[in-house]
Amino acid sequence: MLNGLGVARTIVLFGGSSEIGRETLLELLSPGVSSIVLVSRDIEKVAQEDEMLLRKAPNADVFHVRFDGADALSMPDVVHEIVDLVGDVDVAIIAHALLGDEVDAFTDAAGVSEIITVNMTATMTLLYALSTQMRTQRHGRIALFSSVAGERVRKANAPYGASKAGIDAFALALDHELAGSGVSIVVIRPGYVHTKMTAKMKPAPFSTTAQIVGQKSARAIKGTSTVIWVPSVLRWIFVLLKMMPLKVWRRLPVHD
Amino acid sequence: MSPERLSGWGRSSWSVSDVDYVRSVDDVSTALRNVSERGAIARGLGRSYGDAAQNTGGLVLAYSANGAMSSEVSVLELDESTGVLRVGSMVDLESIIDYCVPRGWFVPVTPGTRYVTVGGAIAADIHGKNHHRDGSFGHHVLSITVLLSSGEVVILDRNSRPSWFWATIGGMGLTGFVIEVTVQMIRVSSPLMNVRTQQVSDIEHLMAIMGDTDEDDTYQYSVAWVDVMSSKSGSGRGVLTRGNHHNEELARESSSSTKRRSSKIEVQRGTIRVTAPKYLPKNLLNHVTVRAFNEMWFRRAPRRPTDTTESISSFFHPLDGVQHWNRLYGSSGFIQYQFIVPLDKGEVVQRVVQEMNSAKLPAFLAVLKRMGNGNEGPLSFPQQGWTFAVDLPVRHERLTHVLASCDEQVLDAGGRHYLAKDAHLTPKVFRRGYPRLSEWQSTRDEMDPAGVWQSDLSRRLHLGKGH
Repeated sequence: MLNGLGVARTIVLFGGSSEIGRETLLELLSPGVSSIVLVSRDIEKVAQEDEMLLRKAPNADVFHVRFDGADALSMPDVVHEIVDLVGDVDVAIIAHALLGDEVDAFTDAAGVSEIITVNMTATMTLLYALSTQMRTQRHGRIALFSSVAGERVRKANAPYGASKAGIDAFALALDHELAGSGVSIVVIRPGYVHTKMTAKMKPAPFSTTAQIVGQKSARAIKGTSTVIWVPSVLRWIFVLLKMMPLKVWRRLPVHD
Repeated sequence: MSPERLSGWGRSSWSVSDVDYVRSVDDVSTALRNVSERGAIARGLGRSYGDAAQNTGGLVLAYSANGAMSSEVSVLELDESTGVLRVGSMVDLESIIDYCVPRGWFVPVTPGTRYVTVGGAIAADIHGKNHHRDGSFGHHVLSITVLLSSGEVVILDRNSRPSWFWATIGGMGLTGFVIEVTVQMIRVSSPLMNVRTQQVSDIEHLMAIMGDTDEDDTYQYSVAWVDVMSSKSGSGRGVLTRGNHHNEELARESSSSTKRRSSKIEVQRGTIRVTAPKYLPKNLLNHVTVRAFNEMWFRRAPRRPTDTTESISSFFHPLDGVQHWNRLYGSSGFIQYQFIVPLDKGEVVQRVVQEMNSAKLPAFLAVLKRMGNGNEGPLSFPQQGWTFAVDLPVRHERLTHVLASCDEQVLDAGGRHYLAKDAHLTPKVFRRGYPRLSEWQSTRDEMDPAGVWQSDLSRRLHLGKGH
């Protein structure tokens, strides 16, 4: 539940080291926040930066929970562990994902499988586990970081794009299912974001920064939108791109 | 039982609970047998400001305004010779005052509204303008009959199970469901009040007058309204109001020729004069309108101490005349920020006033009061010191930061916040103000081992068992 000043008190970030996730979290922090939970694989590394969070939320306790983003079956237990630590979850940000740009998809079946498991299967079980908890609470907001890569999948990152297309579509349907329960999901579709994850990629047009995505996402979490695009102009660009006949789309200089 | 969106009086913390309108102790026991793991909490008239009487995803056992209530929770029996009142938890102070004043007895403590139930008065250990002399509601409670979550009914007093008694007073409803209470009332001979009102130029001066215990203690009731927004950079000018119950016999002796307004004791009912409309502009109470109001309010008060005679309702419960006055703050609601600091830390109140003044927060209901000794309740709010309460609309982002800075100063000074008003504290901040929290928690665990009693407040502040 939000406090009397409209501040989400308990915020959980899945993917504690994700730059976009952290920027979003920072934007949501204020002295009214009481618990911050960072869920990640390497909690020791993530814990080194607690100081920064406490500067913005001095009255909060910071907790770390270890999880394996590829272990789809463990997600209900992860959510239980969080609830045992902090009680009700007001906001959950799902920011962990595998880009898989180093995976040779044609020969590395395990690599491909992991991308799909982390980005889709395990995220789906996590979304269900969080929704179950939040439905019991009768309130809660989940932010899912999707990507424009899932809007029209390119050959350059086909497994990643396909997994984002899948989880994005799923999250919208789940949000529909949750209507009226006090729980809602916002799907965030950033374009190319300059982060360490994308450092080796060629920047696409309309690129943005993690900080801007964080600001826009935090605003959307506080609001009621179901889908946002960052930058917002991408919404209209993708209307055009999606209507484009396959033959034209494949000739666009965006595929490598 | 149906899901309902509830908030406190401040209309700023909303959540959805399953509301069961209970009419008897049997209703409560039945509801408790099927309670979910989200637990249950009792709700009276919903006058706590924050989230104390709601339970998101869980059960709320609500005061049933319509339909007859069983005698256990609505009993009202006064022993006219001793002034001992036996009263059900769902009876409100208005009914008590209406019944008892004509019989020569008055409630020992009343807050700024008469629309609170006895159950709520126990849960919040309410205080009033007479705290400096008479203490809080808990001081006057002789015994409490409580239904525990196990279904057992226990009678608590200072001698048998004192720790349970004191954990329930100020325990925010988290130890059990209060069925009935016996209270020692105070004797009055008139429904009128002798009141002395005066303007005071700044808060320092106010504290000097109210802090002069020899003089201030000659008044049973003493409180000051403070103008947080006055242009002189938060000097905190104010209007001091002090009074005593009018003594019919003394008055007759001193002026036998004067015709009194009332020859027999007759209570003037606190009739509701106006009702605030349901929909109001969001910005009705803004910096400009509130400043103008404060200017008028200050000037209305006499410059020099002036004596008047007032009715009980206009002296104690002026705001009750405006039904739903909490709607004036618009759809985003408001919070009441109330804290206490020790007597020698009065400068903290001054700094808070200055901080709110410079943040230009539109605050029109701000009161200052000197409090007397606290009681043994580990979660009871009052203690010897200065308490300051101010209503603030929830509209400005900066409010969170202003309050955080005020919280820090209050806690550094050894102060604390009042849970019946609070809507923003975090567990970390709250714990600093209530060093006896763990003692209360272990008593609570004895009384409610299953952790059934839960509320949004208990979850927010991690008061309960495993939150």
